[in-house]
Amino acid sequence: MARLTRRALLKRTAGGAAAILGPAAFAQEPAPRPEVPPDPTKIQGRGWQPLGERSPFERPQRRPWSTEGGVSTSPLQDLEGIIVPADLHFERHHAGVPAIDPERYRLLVHGMVERPTIFTLAELKRFPRRSRTCFIECSGNGIRGYRDIAKELTPQAVDGLTSTSEWAGVPLAVIFREVGVKAGATWFLAEGMDAAVMTRSIPVEKAWDDAMIAYAQNGEALRPEQGYPARLLLPGWEGNAQVKWIRRIELSDQPFMTREETARYSDPLPDCTARMFSFEMDAKSIITFPAHPVTLPARGFWEITGLAWSGRGRITRVEVSTDGGAKWEPAALEEPVLPKSHTRFRFPWRWSGGEALLMSRATDETGYVQPTLAQLRAVRGLGTQYHYNNVRAWRVEPDGRVFFGLPAS
Amino acid sequence: MSARGVAGPALALALVFARAAASAPPAPEPPRFGFGRPATAAEIRAWDIDVRPDGEGLPPGRGTVAQGATVYAAKCAACHGASGRNGPFGALVGREPRAGFPFGRDPSLARTVGNYWPYATTLYDYVNRAMPWMQPGSLEPDEVYALVAYLLFLNQIVPEDTALDAATLPRIVMPARDRFVRDNRRGGPEIR
Repeated sequence: MARLTRRALLKRTAGGAAAILGPAAFAQEPAPRPEVPPDPTKIQGRGWQPLGERSPFERPQRRPWSTEGGVSTSPLQDLEGIIVPADLHFERHHAGVPAIDPERYRLLVHGMVERPTIFTLAELKRFPRRSRTCFIECSGNGIRGYRDIAKELTPQAVDGLTSTSEWAGVPLAVIFREVGVKAGATWFLAEGMDAAVMTRSIPVEKAWDDAMIAYAQNGEALRPEQGYPARLLLPGWEGNAQVKWIRRIELSDQPFMTREETARYSDPLPDCTARMFSFEMDAKSIITFPAHPVTLPARGFWEITGLAWSGRGRITRVEVSTDGGAKWEPAALEEPVLPKSHTRFRFPWRWSGGEALLMSRATDETGYVQPTLAQLRAVRGLGTQYHYNNVRAWRVEPDGRVFFGLPAS
Repeated sequence: MSARGVAGPALALALVFARAAASAPPAPEPPRFGFGRPATAAEIRAWDIDVRPDGEGLPPGRGTVAQGATVYAAKCAACHGASGRNGPFGALVGREPRAGFPFGRDPSLARTVGNYWPYATTLYDYVNRAMPWMQPGSLEPDEVYALVAYLLFLNQIVPEDTALDAATLPRIVMPARDRFVRDNRRGGPEIR
């Protein structure tokens, strides 16, 4: 791995601060078509191999988000079902991906506890295991659907900073009972062992609810990009708070006001305040097919499909409009419909060959309905940061090309 | 006959037990498992670097604005610019706009230490844990206090003769402190 020198760093970002990349960064480069025998029934196939690999015809890839190196997006348009292959889970790291020896890994829990304790990874794995299928979404996801909107965006470019996995680990409540959290402890600090030594303050109630220390993802150990060997998992909450490579938890009677919960990951509002500790990800959905850069080759039947999710529980309804929001019809929700998880929806559609504006709108079990762009801008302001969950739209042109778009209203 | 008379109740009993075994909840988990080992004071001290707004966690040490200018030129200016405004990485300095805190209305406004950060202690905590980029966590407490003093001076929050330590740093009130509010979204039909 090339060593990142200061000169390389400056060269890489010459021309100014990190900038969000335009649509071109998400275009797939053409590759030579793989060569295969003309008739596979007339030649013996290859034998077993220790690690499987994708067909050479399939090339789903993460794509960079900005000129800064610490963000990559998941190819939503290439995925089926709700589980993301671990190597396609989006990435967000603030000081690179650390290399950590699991034998040397330690988790320290201290502060307002009866018994300050150090756990090895093997000790964490001795506790009863739980698994949980839930999404993790960066709270900056979707900014391209909120302002400076370009029509050549793909689902990956608009909303690729969200991924659902089956996580496994130990409930944080089990750890907290083990160390004896003192009365009066209301917050805990979670700290990573990357070069950012990332820290966030989390309300203790989340530990008693559903927080976990996760060490596995989709049937195997966490990927390094996802926090190997152990991370904090806070189902339904913004990704940044789910501290990866977690090494320390400190119980306290107040939040710590770290950089990542004040200068960053706070949401300026039009009433001249900034909202902080905005953990929950509100209900959201996006159609992943048909979407840019697809061209529909023929009129007739096409199945519209996409993903819906809410950090507050289950998705109870997804509606689809093919005429820009004049008429909404219910989409089918594909099982399993899990709380705080991506949910796959499907909607049969017959394209007549004219212009169409495809939209989806999610409702969650609290009765929250995914807002329009106008509704969200009215309460958040054009300059706000994070939590961009407004309705998305795809414009189908009469020639079958599909572009990211927004309704006129 | 007698054999069946014995077997009947025994079988019934076995079935009862089998059903009980199949439907009984798993044994409750113990409140404690006894895993892990006590952390020593030295181990906690080695990792416990966080600093809270009330000053808890600030180490002994002291630094002045003038000392901070020297450290900044050597270790920070390459990335953040000589003035803290025009480097290739995030702007640190800038009080504009001084009125109104209109960041939610205008996406073009740069958020800096001077116009957006609500707590001065956060600056100590972050610089100490994560900076400089190529040597994170390498600064001595005196250097961090000095850098914080210098950055607050550049942002016109403290005067040029300022010296900061564990007693004085938590007393600084940042311009944006009262702009921060807790999340009021609660789910349900209202869009917030």
